[in-house]
Formats: sequence, structure tokens, C-alpha cells
Amino acid sequence: MGVQKKNASRVSEDPDELVRVPLQAILLADSFTTKFRPITLERPKVLLPLVNVPMINYTLTWLESAGVEEVFVFCCSHSKQVVNYLEKSEWFSQPNFTVTTIESQNSVSAGDALRLIYERNVVHGDFVLISGDTLSNMSLTQALKEHKERKKKDSNAVMTMVIKRSKANPAIHQSRLGTDELFMAIDPNTKQLLYYEDKADHSKGTLHLDKSLHVDNPSLTLHHDKQDCYIDICSPEVLSLFTDNFDYQHLRRHFVKGLLVDDIMGYKIFVHEIHSDYAARIDNFRSYDTVSKDIIHRWTYPLVPDVMNFANTAMKLERQGMYRASEISQSQSAVVGPFTVIGSDTKIGNNTKITNSVIGEGCKIGSNVVIEGCYIWNNIVIEDGCKLQHAIVCDGVIIKSGAVLEPGIILSFKVVVGPEFVVPPYSKVSLLQKPIEEDSDEELEYADSTSAIGSQVDKSDVEIVSQVDNTHFSPVSELGMGGAGHVWSTCEGGHEEEWRHSVAPIPKDKILEAIKTMEDDMELIHDGSFLPTSGELKPNSNDSDDDDLEDSRDDSYYFEKEVEATFLRAVHENIQESHLILEINSLKLSYNKLTADCAGAVFYAMMKYALDSPHNSADGLLQNVQVVFTKWKKVLRSYLTDIDEQIEVILKFEEMCSEYAKEFAPLFTKILHHLYNEDVVDEDAILSWEDEKKDADEADKVFVKQAQKLIQWLKEAPEEDDDE
Amino acid sequence: MDFQVVVLGGGVSKKLLPLVSQELPNALLPVANRPVLSYVLEYLELSNLKDLIVVVEGEEAAVHVGSWISGAYADRLHVEVAAVPEDVGTAGAIRAISHHLTSKDILVVSGDLVTDVPLGAVAATHRRHDAVVTVMLCSAPISGPSESVSSGGKDKTKKPGRYDLIGLDPTRQFLVHIATGAEVDKDLRIHKSMLHAVGQIEIRADLMDAHLYAFKRSVLQEVLDQKSAFHSLKHDVLPYLVRSQLKSEVLLNGVPQEEENGTEKVISQSNQQMLSQILANASESTFPLRHALGPYGTTSVRNTHKCCVYIAGSSKYCTRLNSIQAYSDINRDVIGEASHLSGYSFSAQNNIIDPSAELGAKTTVGPHCMLGEGSQMGDKCSVKRSVIGRHCRIGANVKVVNSVVMNHVTIGDSCSIQGSVICSNVQLQERVVLKDCQVGAGFVVTAGSECKGEVLAKK
Repeated sequence: MGVQKKNASRVSEDPDELVRVPLQAILLADSFTTKFRPITLERPKVLLPLVNVPMINYTLTWLESAGVEEVFVFCCSHSKQVVNYLEKSEWFSQPNFTVTTIESQNSVSAGDALRLIYERNVVHGDFVLISGDTLSNMSLTQALKEHKERKKKDSNAVMTMVIKRSKANPAIHQSRLGTDELFMAIDPNTKQLLYYEDKADHSKGTLHLDKSLHVDNPSLTLHHDKQDCYIDICSPEVLSLFTDNFDYQHLRRHFVKGLLVDDIMGYKIFVHEIHSDYAARIDNFRSYDTVSKDIIHRWTYPLVPDVMNFANTAMKLERQGMYRASEISQSQSAVVGPFTVIGSDTKIGNNTKITNSVIGEGCKIGSNVVIEGCYIWNNIVIEDGCKLQHAIVCDGVIIKSGAVLEPGIILSFKVVVGPEFVVPPYSKVSLLQKPIEEDSDEELEYADSTSAIGSQVDKSDVEIVSQVDNTHFSPVSELGMGGAGHVWSTCEGGHEEEWRHSVAPIPKDKILEAIKTMEDDMELIHDGSFLPTSGELKPNSNDSDDDDLEDSRDDSYYFEKEVEATFLRAVHENIQESHLILEINSLKLSYNKLTADCAGAVFYAMMKYALDSPHNSADGLLQNVQVVFTKWKKVLRSYLTDIDEQIEVILKFEEMCSEYAKEFAPLFTKILHHLYNEDVVDEDAILSWEDEKKDADEADKVFVKQAQKLIQWLKEAPEEDDDE
Repeated sequence: MDFQVVVLGGGVSKKLLPLVSQELPNALLPVANRPVLSYVLEYLELSNLKDLIVVVEGEEAAVHVGSWISGAYADRLHVEVAAVPEDVGTAGAIRAISHHLTSKDILVVSGDLVTDVPLGAVAATHRRHDAVVTVMLCSAPISGPSESVSSGGKDKTKKPGRYDLIGLDPTRQFLVHIATGAEVDKDLRIHKSMLHAVGQIEIRADLMDAHLYAFKRSVLQEVLDQKSAFHSLKHDVLPYLVRSQLKSEVLLNGVPQEEENGTEKVISQSNQQMLSQILANASESTFPLRHALGPYGTTSVRNTHKCCVYIAGSSKYCTRLNSIQAYSDINRDVIGEASHLSGYSFSAQNNIIDPSAELGAKTTVGPHCMLGEGSQMGDKCSVKRSVIGRHCRIGANVKVVNSVVMNHVTIGDSCSIQGSVICSNVQLQERVVLKDCQVGAGFVVTAGSECKGEVLAKK
């Protein structure tokens, strides 16, 4: 009785506990990118074997172990294959772990996927958002607790991102997972994410943070040594946010940055850093290589080959990190080096040497073959004397005797490499032609073509077969005698960057090159061509940012235009002077201008008005000017509190005289005198203007000379003026 | 300690008008009845640094400072007072006395610093890392100098004072970014190369550069020689050193310069450098910038130098007297919460009343107050949290709250003084009411005047 009471009271205190929502997860079984092409044209990325186990199994295993009870697997490209695979697997029959698939044919981005899931209305509480190519062994308990506590205090804390320490290589600007270097700013106390930049412009040597960031936060840390694990704990609001902002596509580029930039809604993102746990996303071929090695080196325990048994073939860990399935026929003379995984039913011939590689099931490897750092999937035939270095070889590939695979090669399904053929480094070979619609433009990753191809391939298996047959019969193909497959030409400029994301280790020369550029950049900083961060920055120095200059130039132009328009309106609508002054003052504030700028702009507007008013001769214009000034000089005078502003007016006048040389230039002295009489400019201003021009070019002195008489007169009779 | 100390005494600061004058330059402004410079000098003496150069702007000010020092510290410290022209800036001041500098490291202290941070720790940090410059940082004061008492609730929403933006490495030992002055309010620009090298930069707006630096002499002199445009240590020299630490130009050029002094010295110096490098690597988590290139290594050895920081603990007192608000704050603190700095012993009532002072009947002097020698107070006076100087004559029924009254001030009956600073030789006639005012030396306030937030000084 007592216990019940206790429970009851606790429940009423805590509304979250009232309806216990099982922990849910959304698993995106599509990465909506093209980085794994050509392989992903035929098989979805989540089903690609990672150390002989399809990737999605790692993700699902982790979710199950982390206490997630319900998973929605969102399938898009090759959705049938994913669904079929899951149906055959044991995932649908686990106790306390429900896997539901959601299929879509026309989603082109993670944003679309989340919008669709929102429509289905299946997610009710906090959920884990993960993509099917992510591997982790972290415990969610702590991160979930933090997220829930924050949420309780601040309903705007909608997302917790998991990050991990990992230093990117400064020279080549990418992490060991092959992802771009990431710059983040985090509040060290609250762990709130303040800034996120993963597509940083390498050519820019400085990181530009808006001042509002450090104004609002007394301390913040900038991180370059963190890696985004792409594991997010989200509140249900995230889904509705995607629906509200229908242009959000990419999780990071649009959603995270959108929330960080938009402070109107005040949504906040926080980070949770894991220290000893493992988490990584397979984003490209380099991370495929890195993560595979991490698995073999057991960083991902318990997600390691001898613990994860999916194909019902027990793997045994032997010394030096060798994993071997039971039924392997290996020649006595074959050498299988350390950190190698060999699947069942694989035959290895004489004098073959295999190091640092993963070999799948049912492979036939001939004699005198050298395999180094390769990922050989299932049912592959490698004939005698082949040499393979750092390649990914997909199911059903046949490599004829004596062929050589240079580093960084991807051989997609059922490709045949002819005998003695040398495949050039970083080639991507597939039986399918490279889709022509593809463009190097990043944005097109989201184009409808991506998924269209996926589904098209899905439906028309027969077509592929016929295509395969066609190529098969041609005796000389792109891959030598009897070879089958198309070598994908890399798009322009792309080849240079191939090494970044390939399975092969980064070549030494590239690194040296990168270091060289880095040092050159450094040189650049100290040449002073860079914006100095501090100190020497003087307001007028040439060092100031070009952008800023441009901005301010534009600004003054618009400011002048606005003042002119305001003035004309005042003239036509007979607005009171004081109101006009008020309006100009507000313009001054909004454009952040000085009083001198106002004086110049107002003067310009007045003169322009006088000029545009009908007049016949120079005298008519002079009269116009006089009329305008009699009427509006009060406005101008309110900006002429100082001698500097008066000088500004004279300079502006000079400018106008050269602009409208025909009209104003002959009248310069007369109008200047008029201004003097009207007390718009006083004697001191004219004299110091003359003084200022002393050292100017001859061309600049034209008007000084014109006004010489007036200046002379002013100089000679100063006392007299005072009496006036 | 093998440190030469340069105390930048300043001149007559505009910010402190009307409190200062040619006769009473910044350095001699009394804090709890003794010149502010004495706090620095005694603090240096405590750290056994007795070889000092005090640089004062302006000949006349220098004469005044010099005569005070020779009177007060003749037998205790070896002080040289140097006069430099006004407006040469801190860098210019060092440049002017550069030929006096001989020791390996130079400590540059601002003469208006009131602090109890152990100097030895700053010097030790400097030596341990073999740094080019070590900067002492303290937490930024909560009440900003610009924030006057009268400012309403509007300003309260603003964050407390922000003076510098300081970027630290994860171990908080090295200074990797600094933005001072006007740049604090601009967008933050961080060199990516620096971020690459240290991985993580902590940007702090709640720390302040306390204007106490330890410099490597050769580097400081070289920078000052080469960059003749540098005007200020804080705004020019320090940011330059911080910025160029990944690609140092100074050390490389510094060594050949040494050759002029004979080859022997070069050898000893390079030996010393090596030794200190080894020491440095052994003693701390090693300077991250050295490993900037990571595992791939490279044959080109980059010159780096180090800019270190010493962060004063939050319990330490560290303030600069550079504004009138700061002047009031420091006076209050020195006889209040940071009373150990004053060097006086407090009475049971937690205040200091000189035995020679005379108090009238029913006059109360509250805790955290100070009354200088020979001062007289009439009946029914009340003094709270204030400092009153020497030989003041204060009438009856006078209230002094949160104020500083310097020497030889005459205050008439029934005056009320709140939050104000009254300079020497001022005469306040009867019934004067002052709130948040500053009264310049020798000024006479006529009877019955009421002032609020005004500056009263002779023209």
C-alpha cells in the first residue's frame, strides 16, 4: 500500500513519467549521398559488408544494446533489398526490440525522410536519430539523462549531438575518417553548441565568429579536435521543425546551422562528448577503411567479428589479430599476416601473401597472389599471380591471372578484370555506366535523379543482366582481354581529390604537398597581407577587410539616396522641417553614419533639387539654389554643429561641381559666397578647406583657385565679419 | 631573481582628471592615504625585486615621483626614475629606456596596479616555459568603470565588464589569441592555423590583461626596434607576439644579434636555451605547437615561440587604477575586503583611526573607514566606508559615505558627501551636499550648494 502511494505521488510530480514512452530510434537506411558509388548503384549502403557483416547490423545491434525499444528503419533507395534483408534476418523477431520499416520512393534527403516520419505520427517521445552506417558502442544512458534534464529546464533544448575527440590533420584538412575538418564553438559550462562549420573554406586562414557569440557568452571554446559522431538524441520537436522548414534537407548543413543562426525561435543544440567509447560514421571509402581496421583492432568491442555472429559461422580470434572462420582451405605455403579476417569456405593457394585485409566467404584465391590492405567481399575469384593493394572488391568479381590492382581501386559487383591488366590507381569500375546526369555540384546530391536511379536499378534487374551480357561478349573491354566493366571517368578536377576519400593510405607526396601549402599559408599570415587580428589595425589602414570597405561604400551610396528621397518627399508634400530632421536622424542611426555624412547628404539633396528644378540659365540655377536654401537651410544647419561638417559640405559641393561640371562649376564661387552669407558655412571652414587643399594635386585645386577671391576677401577683413 | 623591473608610472591621465595634476601625477594618487605606486613597489620588494626603473611621462611629473621615491624608499630599493615625453605610449616608454635593460628577462608592471598576486609565480611561469612573453590575467571586475551608479536597470541586463578577449590553449598555460580595445566588440577572427595547432581554444571574455608582463629582453628590444609604429605594449606588441608565435621571426633574428656581444655568450645562451627546452619538455605537457604537424613529421623545422599566461586565482585581488570609478572601488576595497593590502593594522571596529586624529562628541566612524593623522572631526559626524586623509578639518554634523577625502580638506558644518572624491586643499563650506561628484584640488564649494554627478574643478 505504502509503496503504491509513493509511486503515485512521484508520477504526479513528473509528467514525463506519466506516460512512459518507449525509447525510439529513427535509423536512416539511406545516406542520401553518392560517395559509395558505383557500389551503391546496385546495393544500398547499409547492406554493404563491413568486416563481412552488413553495416546495418552493427547499428541495430548497438541500438538494441543501448536500450532502444523501437526502431523505425527508413528505406529509400533499394528499399526492397533492405526490407528483404531485414525480413530474412532475425531483427523482426527480437523480444523487446521492434523494428519497423518505412519505405519511400521519392525522398531525396534526410529532411524529406523526417518529414515523412512526422506525417506517419509514430514518434512520440525523445528519439535517437542515426543513420544506418554508424557504428558505436557507447552507452546512451548518460547522454539521454543529460538531454532529459536539459529539456525539463529549457524546452528549447531540442537536440543533443554526440561528439568525440579526434584531431583532424591540419595539413590536409580532414579527419582520419576522411571527413572534412570540423570547427565548433561550444559553451564549456552548458555544453551548448554555438557554432558548427564542417565545410570550411580552406583558403581562408581565419575563422570568423559573430560578435554576438562572445558577447553573450563570457567563455566559449573553439574546437577543432572533435569529430561529429552523427548520433543525435532529439526531442519530438525536431520532426516538426523539419516540417515547418520544408527547405531543410541536410541534417547538419541545414538543420543544425539553421537552428544556430536563427535565434528567433531560440532552439538550442547541445553536445555530449564521449571519451572512451567508440562511435564513427562510415561516410566515405576512407572511413570504411578506418572503421574496418578499428573493428579488427577491437576498439569497437563488443562489435567485433568473433562476438558478432550473423552468418552463423563462428569466427575465431587467433594471435596477432587474425580472425578465421572454420572451413578455410589454406595452402601450407600461404602467409596470412596480422590483422586479417578470412571468411568461411575461402580457398587460398600456394605462396599467397595476405596482410591487413578482410576476405569474405567463398573466395577462391590462387597462388602467388599478394593482397595488402584490401577488402575482398564474397565469392570472388582471384587467379594466380595477381597483386592487389588497398582495394575494395565487391561480390562476384573475377580477377584474371596476373592482373594488378593499384591502390584505391573500387571494383563493383561482378566486374571481370582481364589477365595481366593493370588497373590504374583510384579507378572505380562497374558493370553499369556512369550516370550522365551526375554533376560535381554538391547540391545535386539531393536531386531527384539520385533516388530515381536507385529505384530504376531496383526494378530492372533483368536489364542489368542483359547489359552485363553485352559487355561480357566483347573480347577487348576497358579492363583488358575478356574483362567486363566500365571504368568511371572521374569528373573534371575530381581526380586530384580522389586520394582524400579512397581506401588507400594517403600518399606521402600529397601530405608533403599539403604541409608545404600550409606553411605557405603561414607565410602569408606573416607577410601582413592578412588582416591583423589585433593591434596594428587602424581604422584607415589598408589592411581592413575588402568586404567591409565594399559594404561601407554601398552603405553611403544608399544612405545618400535615401536622404535625397526623403528630402524630395519633404519638398513635395510640404513636410515640416523638424519632421524632416527627425527622419534624417533615423536614417543616420540605421545606417550608422556621422553627422558630417548627414550634412553632406542633405546638401547634396538640396543642390540636386535646385538643379532639377526648371531653370534657363546659370542665373536661373543660382536663383533656384538661393530659393532652396532660404527655405531649407534650417535642416542643413542642424547638421552643421562643427567645422568638420561644414568642410564636408564644401567638399561635397566640390564633388558635385565636378559631377555636374556644366551647371555648377561656373557658379562655384557665387554659391559658396551665398552659403557663407546664409551662415551655412563660416569663414573658418572655408579657410581650413583651402588649407586642406594646399598639398592636393593641381587638378584638385581648380575650385580653390576659383574661390581665391572670396578667400582673399575673407582673410583681409576678418574683424569686419565678426562685427556683422 | 634575474629580472629587471620596469614600472610604467604613467603621467597625468585624462581619465583621472580632475583628481590628478602635474603636481599629483597618476602614480602619486593616494589610495588609503599612500601613493598608489607604493603598492607596486612594496609588492615588488616582497618578491625581492629591488632593481627598478620607474618610467614617468613628462618631466615635471617625473620630478615629483622621483622626489617621493627617494624620500620613501631611499635605503630599501634601487630605483631609477626616467622621464619620457608624453604620449609615447607604453611601447615608446620601453623604447626610450631600452639601453638601460640588461638582464635576460624584463618584468613590465603598470604603476597603477593594486594586487596581491605573487609575482614570483608569474616569473616562475615565464622561466619554466622559456616564454617570450608571460601575461598575467585576472578576472575582469564585475562593476565596470563606465557603469556609473546612476545608470538604471537598463544596464543591468548587460554583462559585466568586457575588456579583452583572451584565447587559451586547453591546458590554460598558453596565450593563443588576444583581442583588446575596440576589437573586443568586433567579430571574432581566429587564425585556423592556430586552431589546427592546439586543437581547442578557449575564448574568455571574463579575464582581463592585468598589464603585468614578463618579456624576454632580446625579443622585446628587437620587436621594438623593428616595428617603430608600435605604440602600446598591450595593443601592439603583445598581439604581435601572440599572433606570430607559430612562425616566429624574433628568435631567429635574436641569436645573431647576440653575436655582437661575443661568441662565448652565444654558446652559453644556446646551451641555456636547449637546457630550458629540455626542462620545458620534461616539466609540462609540452608545448602543443611544437607538435603541430602531427605524426607525419616534416624536415622543415618551424620556429615557434611561446606566449604564456599566469591566471590569478579568483580569490586574489587585482585591479588597475585607471578610472575614477576604479579609484573609488580600490579605495573601498583596500580598507574593506582586501584590507591586507593596505599594510595597516585594523582596530577592533575594523577601521583605522590615527591616534593623532580628533573626534568630536557623538561622532561615529564605521567599519572599513580610515582617518589620517592630525584630522579633526566635529560633533555628531558619521563616516561610513570612506577614507579621510591627513590634517583635514571637518565640522559638525557631517556625513561622509563611500567617499575619498584627501589631505588638508576643510569641510564645513552639516555637509553631506556621498560617493565622491574630494582632492587635497578643497574647501567645502557649510551645508554642501555632494553626491557622486569629483572635486579638484584647491576648489572652493560655496555654502549650500547641492551637486550630483558633477566634476568641480578650477578652470
